[in-house]
Amino acid sequence: MRPPSPSIPEKEFLFSALKQGLRLDGREFLEMRPIALNFGPELGWVECSLGKTRVLTQVEAKMVKPPPERPIEGFITIHCEISPMASSEFELGRPSEEEVTITRMLDKIIRRSDVIDKESLCIMAGQRVWHLRLNIHCLSDSGNLLDCACLAGIVALKHFRRADVEVIGEEVTVHPPASRAPIPLSLHHNPYCFTFAFFADTSINPVLDANLLEQRLNGGLISIALNAQRELCVVQKSGGVPLEPADVLKIVNIAVQKAKDVDTLVESRLREDWEGRKVEVR
Amino acid sequence: MSIVLPGERAPAQHVNLKLGPGLLQASDTSTSINRSAPSIFATRAGTLNHSANGSKWWIESNARRYVPAAQESVIGVVVQKQGEGFRVDIGSAHSANLDGLAFEGATKRNKPNLKVGSLIYARVSLAHKDMEPELECFDAQTRKAQGFGELKGGFLVRCSLRMCRQLLDPKHFLLPLLGSLFPLEIAVGLNGRVWIDSQDSKRIIAITHAIEATDPDTQGMGEDEIRTLVEDLARKWMFE
Repeated sequence: MRPPSPSIPEKEFLFSALKQGLRLDGREFLEMRPIALNFGPELGWVECSLGKTRVLTQVEAKMVKPPPERPIEGFITIHCEISPMASSEFELGRPSEEEVTITRMLDKIIRRSDVIDKESLCIMAGQRVWHLRLNIHCLSDSGNLLDCACLAGIVALKHFRRADVEVIGEEVTVHPPASRAPIPLSLHHNPYCFTFAFFADTSINPVLDANLLEQRLNGGLISIALNAQRELCVVQKSGGVPLEPADVLKIVNIAVQKAKDVDTLVESRLREDWEGRKVEVR
Repeated sequence: MSIVLPGERAPAQHVNLKLGPGLLQASDTSTSINRSAPSIFATRAGTLNHSANGSKWWIESNARRYVPAAQESVIGVVVQKQGEGFRVDIGSAHSANLDGLAFEGATKRNKPNLKVGSLIYARVSLAHKDMEPELECFDAQTRKAQGFGELKGGFLVRCSLRMCRQLLDPKHFLLPLLGSLFPLEIAVGLNGRVWIDSQDSKRIIAITHAIEATDPDTQGMGEDEIRTLVEDLARKWMFE
């Protein structure tokens, strides 16, 4: 059963507070909730949380035979699981509109913006390539699931290292992590997604990283995926509120700054984790 | 006080035994040979408590999903108007029915006009596992509202079920502490919803923060931490 839309007092209070420049969690309008990244025992296992929104991602790689039309490219598939565990809004088997948007955005941001150098996943042309599978499990939805899932996905790909392989003639040897250091994936860039919520009342400024109530009551969303090098990957607008081109440009500029901040945080957390990890190479 | 698991037998015995949440008397009489010792089973995991003279027994546990129980006050959202009454979402598996005549002073001609989305403070009058729960907004004996009815303005905070039970405990520190800092109005629903109102948005947000921070499910802050939290917010927004 889908939960009913927020009650009248909640709606009125949210709008009046936003008009006074207050957000319910005491944040500034363009402030994100603190990002927490936790890494699991295995490489490519990342738990990312934005406030109470939590997403778990995991990467696995296996060897497959490539199709004849693309003999030298590896694959990546994204499996995004939004179960009723995240919120009673989601149902199994019947994807809601929001769920479809999230899955498609993840596909656009992570797969179609060419994050992964697919040719580097080739082991032996026409015979063997790596198939990466990115599993995204949404654990808890407290607003802005998309940004959290996207961040978790990118960080998982950065965290993951595949086993080293050696090709001698026709023979492929896979070296377990104990004998040769696993190799990080070669990524072209790291896009991050930022979602801004707009409200039907135009006197309210847009908010970044909407919480649950803001997400339910917004009049429009604009999701911007870009990397810290100011390269725009995806811009998606949903909802009926019209936007001036100048407003969109302003938002993109804010997103650029946020992307830089997030990138620094991600790099430092990954470095910390890698230093604390003992990979034994004999 | 001891910890019990569902299905475990509770040593509850009294001439005038009253069972609270989480306890069930086995309907099968063959399990208890003499009627003076009825078999009482736990239906949920938690700590088993009883009153001083051992007449009232209940289980304290924490959950996020509400299971209706008769005579509990809850806060619901009207989701649909339906003939004589309303369908109200109280956060349980099924939505509850609220009769249009179950209000103080309501007659066939003069029924309250609640919109879809209105907040209701009501009491569960019927909670049966095979039926949809029913609500009422008055005391069935006196037919007076006694604080129940529509909640206008203010804001709704959602918390764990343990937190809202703690708010009703007169010995709990949070409400006296908030009350000493500024005036506020509060209605605690046992279904994990708390309605609050105060002079302005800033104070309401401060109360929201305080309740969320005290919730044992999140940070579970103590009295001193809450005091500094609220005072910091007060300083930041310059009220008081």
